[in-house]
Amino acid sequence: MSDTFADRAARATPKPAARRIRGLSDRAIAWIFVAPTIFLLLAINIFPLIWTINLSFTNFKANRANRAVEYIGLRNYERILTDSDIWLTMQATAHFLFWTIFFQVLIGFTLAWLINRKFKGNDLWTTIIVLPMMLSPAVVGNFWTFLYQPQIGLFNYVVAFFTGADPSSFQMIGDVALAPWSIVIVDTWMWTPFVMLICLAGLRSIPDYIYEAAEIDRASKMRQFFTITIPMVLPFLMLAVLFRGIENFKMFDLVVQLTGGGPGSTTELTSINLKREAFEKWRTGYASAYAIILFVTVFGLASIYVKALNKVKER
Amino acid sequence: MSSYSITEPSDRQKWIAGTLVVVYALITMMPLVWIFLTGFKSPADAISYPPKVLFDPTLEGYVNLFTTRTRQTQEFLAANPPQTWADEIVRQYDMVIAGPSKFGERFLNSVIIGFGSTFLSIFLGTLAAYAFSRFKIPLADDLLFFILSTRMMPPIAVAIPIFLMYRNLGLSDTHLGMILLYTAVNISLAVWLLKGFIDEIPREYEEAALIDGYTRFQAFVKVVLPQAATGIASTAIFCLIFAWNEYAFAVLLTSGTAQTAPPFIPTIIGVGGLDWPAIAAAATIFLLPVMIFTILLRKHLLRGITFGAVRK
Repeated sequence: MSDTFADRAARATPKPAARRIRGLSDRAIAWIFVAPTIFLLLAINIFPLIWTINLSFTNFKANRANRAVEYIGLRNYERILTDSDIWLTMQATAHFLFWTIFFQVLIGFTLAWLINRKFKGNDLWTTIIVLPMMLSPAVVGNFWTFLYQPQIGLFNYVVAFFTGADPSSFQMIGDVALAPWSIVIVDTWMWTPFVMLICLAGLRSIPDYIYEAAEIDRASKMRQFFTITIPMVLPFLMLAVLFRGIENFKMFDLVVQLTGGGPGSTTELTSINLKREAFEKWRTGYASAYAIILFVTVFGLASIYVKALNKVKER
Repeated sequence: MSSYSITEPSDRQKWIAGTLVVVYALITMMPLVWIFLTGFKSPADAISYPPKVLFDPTLEGYVNLFTTRTRQTQEFLAANPPQTWADEIVRQYDMVIAGPSKFGERFLNSVIIGFGSTFLSIFLGTLAAYAFSRFKIPLADDLLFFILSTRMMPPIAVAIPIFLMYRNLGLSDTHLGMILLYTAVNISLAVWLLKGFIDEIPREYEEAALIDGYTRFQAFVKVVLPQAATGIASTAIFCLIFAWNEYAFAVLLTSGTAQTAPPFIPTIIGVGGLDWPAIAAAATIFLLPVMIFTILLRKHLLRGITFGAVRK
């Protein structure tokens, strides 16, 4: 144990006072403080995870709990990785991930850059922009289905107003071609502020003297932007992308309320697909294997990404 | 401006930037404003074309949200004149109020589970964060990473074994079950954020207290906690907002007694389909507290979001 100030003070003090100074030993306090958290996480995160791994090798069905459970080895994994429906789901997820991140980075960075012009009242307007991301995705997603109604929906009306199209001529949620974009639009509306806030923190971390030095060297504003602003904000931006990536890979509430995965399976993201397997078809063993595959995928991709991020930071 | 600075944007730049940001903010607010307005529309106004911005406001949506109604015969209606303004509203449809709806209960469940899990997350999280910040704990970094990585699991993946476990333990659809679950999800972020806040408090304060004869525990309660109060408060708000907004676990693990508002609101049905004014009224009641919180506490919240993310 480390020789803290308290230990030294305790040694230099007569016995009764020493006991009073130390009370419970530091080691005891450390464990008493940490133990409940670890216990809770073991009970509600780790134990279930191990259980899932175990189930993933079985043909267990939770709606028929009395049926004998058979261990079927890696067959669930085999089935998932060769199932063409799952690859369709993965494609829908990839489309969703790519475009939400693309738009959120583009709009989020632009907004942060504009807000960093420090105009009057920027604090208040930043807060207003942030509001959507604080709200319940399920409740908001549900209301967006109303905004997306052909004819009576506000979204269709506004689009029609600016393009001259007939507001009942397109269905954002019902159309196979438009549905994947309908979820991208709502997610972008909701989460652009998050990317914006992280970028803003990045922009504010750049000290003024760097720009002053560049100005003395007569670097153009454009050059300053590409050689100072972008590289200095990049680590922050990459972090924002990491968080949005993990969150949107897990995406469930917003999309399930908006489209429910339809029409067909055009917006059936992995979480929605997983929910269908686990809680509608009740293929618990199969869904467990699916869950493990997803977890390993996120974890693997995130680790690779973090390595890349650390390289960028070191530069 | 008193002194000229080369890094300070010009007034013209500020004006352009300000205008663009304000335009974006107004667009982004439109869906929220629409929720608010729809809550005060009659069902006919809510689905009119073109969408109405000006309309006769009515509390029909709110009345429908909080009540269940039954259709009655003309004789019954004539024999029982309306007692309150709410009765009068439902009379237009030859209906009478039969009783309260389930919304009140669901909202109360959200409050109980939200505050319960927030309290527990903060209580356990502060203790753990203090220990991680001040003591040498074997494998501390690994433990912290492990605590954080549990958040990478998709909620549905976690829900499968939780569903089975809760079924065996009798925790399905109970307040306690949901409080424990939300605490387990929140605690990783809580420990991480709180450790950051406690790291910022100089150790010398506690060491001075120890010399004055305080025990470690007393020093923690009387010196560290007051110093960390702001950090604890903003972490609490994050935990509360998460629990308040959570949907995936709530929809899979609760169905009645412990169901929170988010899975309930989208299922509010009126005559011939979804009752949009009532849904909008519910959404307004449910979302407004979070919006007010966000605006009032913007400094701490915005700092918390970036701080939490950047530290990770």
